[in-house]
Amino acid sequence: MLDVTNLHAEVENTPILKGIDLHVKPGEVHAIMGPNGSGKSTLAGVLAGNDAYEVTEGSASFLGEDLLDLPPEERARLGLFLAFQYPVEIPGISNAYFLEAALNEIRKSHDLPELSHKDFMERLQSRMELVNIDPRFADRPVNEGFSGGEKKRNEILQLAVLEPKLCIMDETDSGLDIDALRIVAEGVNKLRADDRAFVLVTHYQRLLNYIEPDFVHVLFEGRIVKSGGKELAHELEAKGYDWIKTEVAASA
Amino acid sequence: MSTVESELKGAKYAGTRVEQSNREVAELAQRTSAYKYGWETLIEADTLPPGLNEDTVRVISAKKDEPEWMLEWRLKAFRHWLTMEQPTWQKPDFPPIDYQAQSYWSAPKKKPGSLDEVDPELLETFEKLGIPLDEQKRLTGVAVDAVFDSVSVGTTHKDILAKRGVVFCSFSEGLRDHPELIKKYLGTVVPANDNYFAALNSAVFSDGSFCFIPKGVKCPMDLSTYFRINAADTGQFERTLIIAEEGASVNYLEGCTAPMREKNQLHAAVVELIALDNASINYSTVQNWYAGDVNGVGGIYNFVTKRGACRGRNSRISWTQVETGSSITWKYPSCLLQGDGSIGEFYSVALSNNRQQADTGTKMIHLGKDTKSTIISKTISAGKGDNSYRGLVKIMPGAENARSYTQCDSLLIGDKCGAHTFPYIEVRNPTAQVEHEASTSKISEDQLFYCNTRGIGPEDAISMVVNGFCKEVFDHLPMEFAVEATKLLEVSLEGSVG
Repeated sequence: MLDVTNLHAEVENTPILKGIDLHVKPGEVHAIMGPNGSGKSTLAGVLAGNDAYEVTEGSASFLGEDLLDLPPEERARLGLFLAFQYPVEIPGISNAYFLEAALNEIRKSHDLPELSHKDFMERLQSRMELVNIDPRFADRPVNEGFSGGEKKRNEILQLAVLEPKLCIMDETDSGLDIDALRIVAEGVNKLRADDRAFVLVTHYQRLLNYIEPDFVHVLFEGRIVKSGGKELAHELEAKGYDWIKTEVAASA
Repeated sequence: MSTVESELKGAKYAGTRVEQSNREVAELAQRTSAYKYGWETLIEADTLPPGLNEDTVRVISAKKDEPEWMLEWRLKAFRHWLTMEQPTWQKPDFPPIDYQAQSYWSAPKKKPGSLDEVDPELLETFEKLGIPLDEQKRLTGVAVDAVFDSVSVGTTHKDILAKRGVVFCSFSEGLRDHPELIKKYLGTVVPANDNYFAALNSAVFSDGSFCFIPKGVKCPMDLSTYFRINAADTGQFERTLIIAEEGASVNYLEGCTAPMREKNQLHAAVVELIALDNASINYSTVQNWYAGDVNGVGGIYNFVTKRGACRGRNSRISWTQVETGSSITWKYPSCLLQGDGSIGEFYSVALSNNRQQADTGTKMIHLGKDTKSTIISKTISAGKGDNSYRGLVKIMPGAENARSYTQCDSLLIGDKCGAHTFPYIEVRNPTAQVEHEASTSKISEDQLFYCNTRGIGPEDAISMVVNGFCKEVFDHLPMEFAVEATKLLEVSLEGSVG
């Protein structure tokens, strides 16, 4: 469903991504790991349509559409979801109101009727139960006054309500204690489905103890330098990123 | 059907500018579609020729069959006005107003005796504005006084209100039926010589609303006045006087619209509120006068004096205003906190898009002991709009233990608009606690992107962030008004992206 080929991107004339190839099929879970500054968050941002990044070369298609041609809201309506590393606060707008507006925009783009408020609230309720989230989240303003862990859990709730086809999770594990990490991971596991893929962007292997990936890719200096199965993550955990750096240096 | 009609009538105004340039027409058309109330009612009107002198004042007073003392009051105000200069300290910039070039009276020719006799054309006008007046369709939870140009055309639910002793009628009827109350209170909060525009209003005011809530009565329904400017080249000068006696309480709402015209029109109203012991008045405004087009052509000059006196112990006056319309908004709904323990509140949202200018805020004058004031002001500037908060918190020597809290937040959309804050604080009693917080922020790209990644498009994202920004103020509006205000913001923000 996602085909990224030779993707190059820069920010303020500094090249960050230098030729990424990534192919994701429905139902798969891909982990993208790498040291700080390797371009992980840039990749997530480029795919979601953040215009802070400029794509200079390559292509990305999603469900047959040229992703790079679409503004971010149309990517979202097509079924792409970015879970933010630093979820943004929207003071004065309740989670329920925000999600109802978002879901109905997505439905409209698929020629589906808008959900009635009652139907939406029922759906929100059931998704909150599914991902084990306090019902009081519904009335709280979007991410305002939330702890770091609550913000990440709120992203999982949005994911559960909006039901995207592809979820890109940008360092969802960062800043979480072990309990919060487990709740977030359980949420993701419950949302895994045959027609839904995940791309987990992470620095640490620990998230992968809870969410088992099908593929692991190592991103280093803007390129995917190594790909493998879940065992690659364990190898990285044991040996650190220096090992990759040495290998890259040797092959250069 | 009414939408089509209104668009057609709106298009008529667009048509007069067609020759100028295609770009302007496109922009005007966009504005036409945004402002839903820009049409005109074609009705036979009795309109005074332009011009202002003592005779104008006499004619207005005579048309209303006023008592002699009222005419004298007007003439005194007029003579004082002649000695005054139009103030120049305000931030908004506008060309000199030619006070001789506009008419001071325009009223539909057919004079109704009661609501049943109102011209169907007028009933249709108000129905199109969402304010049906006839018995079958009228709003049930709220009594409405409908003002059309210089006169009130009717007031609903008077019977229900009368049973509780509540008087709600046009100012003219008030003067006819309750002259003693009007004589007692008129001009006691906003004296006729208070300021340039108040003096002008005192001389030539035509109509408005009068409310009297007797001792101990909680008004059984909300009261509302809807002001419609229709005639061209005419100023609207109305007065509102609300009196809540001991222990009485009332929610009062006002709304307003005007046709789209290329010439500016002056609206200079005066509102006086009086709250006696333990009385409470909530006064809400959703101001949607025609704002002019994207280039600042046309629109209403909204120069209004609104002031409330908390005369009694533990009385409370709360102003909530949502100012999205008008070419220029220049007003400071204020509170005189005279009674011990009295409370003044001001909650405001002011939005300036395109070339709109706003200079608005409040004055809280603490005179009594243990008085409290709260000021929450939210300004939004977009396009080439310019928005100023101007406020005064004054603690007088006798105001022991006064408290005041001010919060002024400004939100900027784009890089061609302006936001300014002019807070004045004057404390003459050492026991006072006065707090002031202010913030200015640009609408954040991060917030918009976040909304976009959830499927919400750029314009909706802006209106969502702005609505969130205004929530603290909207929470003080009655439910229906809050919904209306949310929609208005959306419409008023149209075209502010990119």
